[in-house]
Amino acid sequence: MHIKEEQVERHVLAVLVDNEAGILARIAGMFTARGYNIESLTVADISADHAISRITIATNGPPHVIEQIIAQLDRLVPVHSVRDLTEAGPHVQRELALVKVAGKGENRIEAMRLADVYRARVVDATTESFVFEITGAPDKIQTFVGLMREVGLVEVGRTGVVAIGRGPDSA
Amino acid sequence: MAEKSGAEILVQTLLDLGVDTVFGYPGGAVLPIYDALYNHPKIKHILVRHEQAATHAAEGYARATGKPGVVLVTSGPGATNAVTGITDALMDSIPMVVITGQVATNLIGSDAFQEADTVGITRHCTKHNYLVKKPSELAGVLNEAFHIATQGRPGPVVVDIPKNVQVAEAEFNSHNGKINSRYQPQVDGDFKAINEAAEMIMSAKAPILYTGGGIINSGPKASETLGQLAELMGAPVTSTLMGLGAFPASSDQWLGMLGMHGTYEANMAMNRADLVICLGARFDDRITGRLDAFSPNSKKIHVDIDRSSVNKTVRVDLPVIGDVGRVMEQLLAVLKGRKFNAPDYEEWWSRIKGWRATDCLAFPENKTEIMPQLAIRKLWEATHERHPIITTEVGQHQMWAAQHFDFEKPNKWLTSGGLGTMGYGLPAAIGAQLGDPDALVIDIAGEASIQMNIQELATASQYRLPVKIFIVNNEYMGMVRQWQELTYESRYSNSYSDSLPDFIKLAESYGWTGILIEEPADLEAGIQKMLETEGPVLVDCRVAKLANCFPMIPSGAAHTEMLLTPEDVKGTMDDNAKALV
Repeated sequence: MHIKEEQVERHVLAVLVDNEAGILARIAGMFTARGYNIESLTVADISADHAISRITIATNGPPHVIEQIIAQLDRLVPVHSVRDLTEAGPHVQRELALVKVAGKGENRIEAMRLADVYRARVVDATTESFVFEITGAPDKIQTFVGLMREVGLVEVGRTGVVAIGRGPDSA
Repeated sequence: MAEKSGAEILVQTLLDLGVDTVFGYPGGAVLPIYDALYNHPKIKHILVRHEQAATHAAEGYARATGKPGVVLVTSGPGATNAVTGITDALMDSIPMVVITGQVATNLIGSDAFQEADTVGITRHCTKHNYLVKKPSELAGVLNEAFHIATQGRPGPVVVDIPKNVQVAEAEFNSHNGKINSRYQPQVDGDFKAINEAAEMIMSAKAPILYTGGGIINSGPKASETLGQLAELMGAPVTSTLMGLGAFPASSDQWLGMLGMHGTYEANMAMNRADLVICLGARFDDRITGRLDAFSPNSKKIHVDIDRSSVNKTVRVDLPVIGDVGRVMEQLLAVLKGRKFNAPDYEEWWSRIKGWRATDCLAFPENKTEIMPQLAIRKLWEATHERHPIITTEVGQHQMWAAQHFDFEKPNKWLTSGGLGTMGYGLPAAIGAQLGDPDALVIDIAGEASIQMNIQELATASQYRLPVKIFIVNNEYMGMVRQWQELTYESRYSNSYSDSLPDFIKLAESYGWTGILIEEPADLEAGIQKMLETEGPVLVDCRVAKLANCFPMIPSGAAHTEMLLTPEDVKGTMDDNAKALV
């Protein structure tokens, strides 16, 4: 017997939640309990009175699973709203990465050149290393990190994606 | 404003919320609460013998009364023992509030004595849970906990209270549970969807009402409304295990339960219907059989208060989110407003009559041994006029009870459906008897299941509860054995109930009356004796050991591929079928 696998698609969800103890465990645990995937998850307090946090979840699954993920998130008591940004239309996705490269000579010069092309900023430098800060859509960061691997990548930290819909309306 | 201890605030808030019964077991981390209870005789505390039983008793109480069940247990093992019942309540949508003691806030995380991460452990088996860190938050949390447990799709809520929060004081004003909660589920159905549903009903030629536990949860009025809707439509009605009793089994329109051990006519009608109206049910795998063959030619309307139930397993044409009782009322109003007259379903009914003629619940006659189905039938004959509350354990006896015990009213059938928890029936019967003291309450049990919470015989004795246990004793974990016969060529791996106790002596040692029924000729007299004996009675009814539960949709099969008799059993299955639950 073989276990069948289905075609998946990537969706980015914006979830507004009560900023209370255990909320992250509740959300992340629901994903594992029901066998859903998390590509990335970011969370931060966004309201003036610190009452509401916004969680951005990049997930993937077949369309009927995505529909279930949204419904399952929505029924959690501390969840105020769930918006499928991928479904809702045009939106901006951004991620920040800190990328450390070490090396000398040609590699070091090439790293600097590539950073310039990708509009990465140097936030730390020694005679044998750089730390670049790069912001952009996840695939741009993916590409940049890939290039850095060839010129002495030491370490990389990524925030995971945050996203917001285009235009005047709120999620 | 007066200051009160957290424990006093808790007890006072329970009183304000109208709680009269609490099922619990004391321990170190709830001593302050137990001390506060000592001053409040208005709250009846039922001392169980194991925390799992406290949760099932609370479920039984909730199902029989419609009110939330309340549980009080200590930290660590008290809480972990309660987890099975909490999960059971989640799966079957039973309103329940579980109060757990916790080690003091400054000790949390230090692996203190009887510490367990209760909030972490119960996060995914509750509808919601709380760790209360200040006594001033307690009243608000409890009010919201009861609101969440009872509103929308009901479910269990855990409130974990550290011991120092029970002792510390805060200002408290008694008030009557009016809260402004963030949790506000949709009750009324969307008007456009209701109209669309009415149109689908008006153009259907072969509709069927497929009802579930949501109707029972919605309250007795929803069962009445279902009766009106069914009468107006003149359509056949079937139900899940959880929904039995919402529609009277004596009605001509009743097809019996559907699904794995449902009737042939109910399953065939689901398969051939052109419109399935799902009312408070969730297309569970026990109902649908093979998904791609489930009711293939029908349009489907799904009424559910929980949006996540919609399109979870079966795609539907029209979801209606709302309370099923309320939505049926709205639907009735629209249908009547449009002068809906039930069309002539004669052809549809004549096909159903054909399926009914199979007489799928018939069982072989047996002169020497009691057939388990006959035992249930006779129990029904002897008791049905008293509208007894029937609880069950899990297994063959449960399915025979569902098939052969007919219900006319809601809140009379208490069984563990979603989680399938052996050991449910006795504590649930205790809870039901406390909720409805004058009712005849019978736990239809198996000899294996009953042993999972057998210690609760003592609880019934202590509170003089006249519950009856009717053990359908075939000396096997019968449903396991049946699946081994279907799937594994009758290799009976660990399904024999060896070293059984003498149930009669066991019952007597707890102050119960024990009755042994061995011969078919003694069946009716034994049942009569059980009914005439005051106080709690345990009946050990020895039945045909190898009888199996038919009809049955085997794993991975469609509604149209039911096994009707033992002759249909092949004894093996392919791996794909074996892998299904």
